[in-house]
Amino acid sequence: MERLTVDVAIIGGGIAACSAAVALREAGLTVALLEKRLCGGGASGVNFGGVRQQGRDFSELPLSRRARVLWDGLGAKLAEDVGFEATGHIKLARSESDMAVLEAYARDAAEYGLDLQLLGANALRAEMPWLGPAVVGASLSPTDGQANPRVVGPAFARLARRLGAEVREHAPVRHAAHDGAGFTVEAEGVSVRSRSLVNAAGAYGGAVAGWFGEAAPVAPLSPNMVVTEPLPHLVTRSIGVVGGDVYVRQTRRGNVVLGGGRGTADSVDGLARPVSATSLGAMDKTLTLIPDLAHAQVIRSWSGLDGEMPDHIPVIGLSASTPGLVHAFGFSGHGFQLGPVVGEILAELVTQGRSASPLHPFRIERFAAWRGPYRSEGEIEH
Amino acid sequence: MSEPVPAEPTLAIVGAGPAGLRAAQVLTEAGLRPILLDEGHRAGGQIYRRPPPGAERPAAALYGFEAGRAQALHDLADALASQIDYRPDTMVWGIAPRAPFGFDLDCLGPRGHERIAVDRLVLATGAMDRTLPFPGWTLPGVFTLGAAQIALKAQGMAIGRRVALVGAGPLLPLVAHQYAKAGATLAAVLDVTPLGAKVTAVPRLALLPGTLAKGVWYTVAGALRGLPVRSGVRAIAVEGGRQVEALTWDDARGRRHRVACDAVGASFGLRSEAQAADLAGCRFVFEPVTRQWQPERSPEGRASHPHVYLAGDGSGIGGADVAELQGERTALALLADLGRPRDAAREARLDRRLARHAGFRAALDAAYPYPHHLVDGIGDDEIVCRCEGITAGTLRRAATERDAREMNRLKALTRAGMGRCQGRVCGHAAAEILARTLAVPVETVGRLRGQAPIKPIPLREPV
Amino acid sequence: MSGLFHRLAKRSGPAIPFTIDGAPAEVQAGDLLIGAILLHRHALRRFEFGPGERAGYCLMGACQDCWVGLADGRRVRACTTRVEPGMAVVTGGVGE
Repeated sequence: MERLTVDVAIIGGGIAACSAAVALREAGLTVALLEKRLCGGGASGVNFGGVRQQGRDFSELPLSRRARVLWDGLGAKLAEDVGFEATGHIKLARSESDMAVLEAYARDAAEYGLDLQLLGANALRAEMPWLGPAVVGASLSPTDGQANPRVVGPAFARLARRLGAEVREHAPVRHAAHDGAGFTVEAEGVSVRSRSLVNAAGAYGGAVAGWFGEAAPVAPLSPNMVVTEPLPHLVTRSIGVVGGDVYVRQTRRGNVVLGGGRGTADSVDGLARPVSATSLGAMDKTLTLIPDLAHAQVIRSWSGLDGEMPDHIPVIGLSASTPGLVHAFGFSGHGFQLGPVVGEILAELVTQGRSASPLHPFRIERFAAWRGPYRSEGEIEH
Repeated sequence: MSEPVPAEPTLAIVGAGPAGLRAAQVLTEAGLRPILLDEGHRAGGQIYRRPPPGAERPAAALYGFEAGRAQALHDLADALASQIDYRPDTMVWGIAPRAPFGFDLDCLGPRGHERIAVDRLVLATGAMDRTLPFPGWTLPGVFTLGAAQIALKAQGMAIGRRVALVGAGPLLPLVAHQYAKAGATLAAVLDVTPLGAKVTAVPRLALLPGTLAKGVWYTVAGALRGLPVRSGVRAIAVEGGRQVEALTWDDARGRRHRVACDAVGASFGLRSEAQAADLAGCRFVFEPVTRQWQPERSPEGRASHPHVYLAGDGSGIGGADVAELQGERTALALLADLGRPRDAAREARLDRRLARHAGFRAALDAAYPYPHHLVDGIGDDEIVCRCEGITAGTLRRAATERDAREMNRLKALTRAGMGRCQGRVCGHAAAEILARTLAVPVETVGRLRGQAPIKPIPLREPV
Repeated sequence: MSGLFHRLAKRSGPAIPFTIDGAPAEVQAGDLLIGAILLHRHALRRFEFGPGERAGYCLMGACQDCWVGLADGRRVRACTTRVEPGMAVVTGGVGE
């Protein structure tokens, strides 16, 4: 059994956890990160790859705006081609009432500094003539885009290692406790003593919070994804819809990634599988948006396990029960874009006890009165 | 089995080669009517692939010394047609466990998508050629040995006008024999395993069944219809600009040779097509002699999953004769699990024959040892993943600079195995390269997980 | 027009007319598309991620190297697709 003594222990190895390890090392603290499998292999690595501000809950927009700045320099910081491209994110309306939703959102988002362009049917067809007749209008966020989720988490983990963080993979955490003097974290093969503890355990974040007497109802969420063979370039922007039941983007290499609906999640073994009926449904919906994809071949489907909160925004902030404990989990299917900034925020919370970003909406105490389990259903925007 | 047994269990067999057909035969003998799902247009599988109807050549002309067995299997397929629910041109692209037990099979066939609920599943999914990269292997005109054979058997065509064949197993002399007999021009027949291994194995090879023995004998005797079979060949490379122009190699003494040719059939043994077993939730084990992961199979053919049965090359390379025996044996195990009366004598007879074949297999494996020298010779510039164009150098750098220690992480970082074929072609070589770069045993880097669809499906359902 | 494949065994049966990039061609009933094209061409398609062309590889529907386009927009795996009369293969001049 390896024993480590550090300033900060981190439970979880997703982008938020690994970027926190980086920011904490940059702040001069010693760090041990414990990941049950491989860093960046969970929700961080198998998500849609949307780098999107548009459509978020307004409480997330200040964080998302700050994160967007980081994305411009992320490749250089990580010394890795993360595939980030500001292709714009366009949210499509399939009815007049959808359009009204987009108009209202654009008006309010402007107050957060997010400029969205509303496009009527004619303007939309002029730019994207390949859209199907079901689409009646759209809202475009030109600064949003997409990136390759599979490489971002591992690259953050490597940077954390280069900066001196102790990163332990295949080290599932069995228990963590605070004894008045500090934290003890017991993981497979390693035991860590620390002054501070970061809970970035994703779908298991609620369980970790529970060890410290805090309620946080996290439901497993497994977005269902499908990808086509490489195709000639057609889909110029990352696409979402009002309602969130389908989303589509085309990668630089030509593969069209599409998702919508849910796979199956097993929160016990942490494995999620795509569901073929869901895949076929997303394929049908994609065809109503982009009929020209009819003859494309689907070559793979997948899913991954994320944690979803009842109000679809994460828990980020100081523990209400235990000094030195900081939470960041439950990103509800849209944490990829936020990941890099969450690491910075976690480091701020650990070193200063506060953050430059407004975190009040994400406080864990909002679930203090929660009783019983939570099972999620319905569409989730990714 | 403790769960309730349905009065009329729905049984599906995936694959209509020698294993699937024999399993179907046994189930029909017991009065059952299994669904036989066949990606092919006519039952027979790849090894006994049938030419188009109405224009058949005598079997002997197409199959060489396999002809008798091929004919028997084809006759069986015809005889079974009315007793089973045969679904030709039907691909099983997804398998999901169903509550309380059984599976949903996602199929794409002539009627479009169809979801079939089954209680028990016999997987007889066969094998494909095991490939390793060498210079020029992605040029048009380079095919697998299996491809060279299928072109001849299913189409009556040779893959070129001057064909060179390269191999590391009994398929090499078999295809060479078939090509020579059909009148093709063979430029070279090259075995990348040493002659010594076969000579040493001669006493054990005497035990081999006729078809295999003939092939190995040709190799040992060093002549195939006047054409030398060269053993111990190393450093093979294909030359050509837009297409194959020549094949070069080092002989056992290190001398370089070159022959002009316009097509090459090259592969190095076989690998199981096991994606269906993976999706069905079967446990896999590493088989050290052939250096591949296979679904775990009991001697009777039971998988780790209680409602899955395995037979044939899809769960361990044994060849067509073994596949027939395993198909029969696993179907008997299935019937026993259904509570049907058992024929202990028949089971014991099959078990004895399978044990004898395991002995043959060990002799064959000894005669054709794994060609490590080809893996060691893969240059950094060589494409390993043909779908995505990922080079060996990219894979090695992922190991040394990007912390790739395991196959699925290697795939995520490099895209190797992420293309249309899902790593069927490159997965073996990529694992060998990763393991060598890390200096660890190949089994420690794991295997690529199977993902639906098992093969590509169109975004819009075909009608 | 001479291609990569070479027919060794003639079959009886009707000739099937089809086209490759608009040029009329003929094969025998029962021929697979991969054979039909490669009797006339040296390759089937361009490789997406680098120079060079591809002509298929495994012929048993496993390697996915032989996907080709048809004029009606369909994409088919040439080694598991039988030639139908009037089929119009579009390769963009590959393997001529």
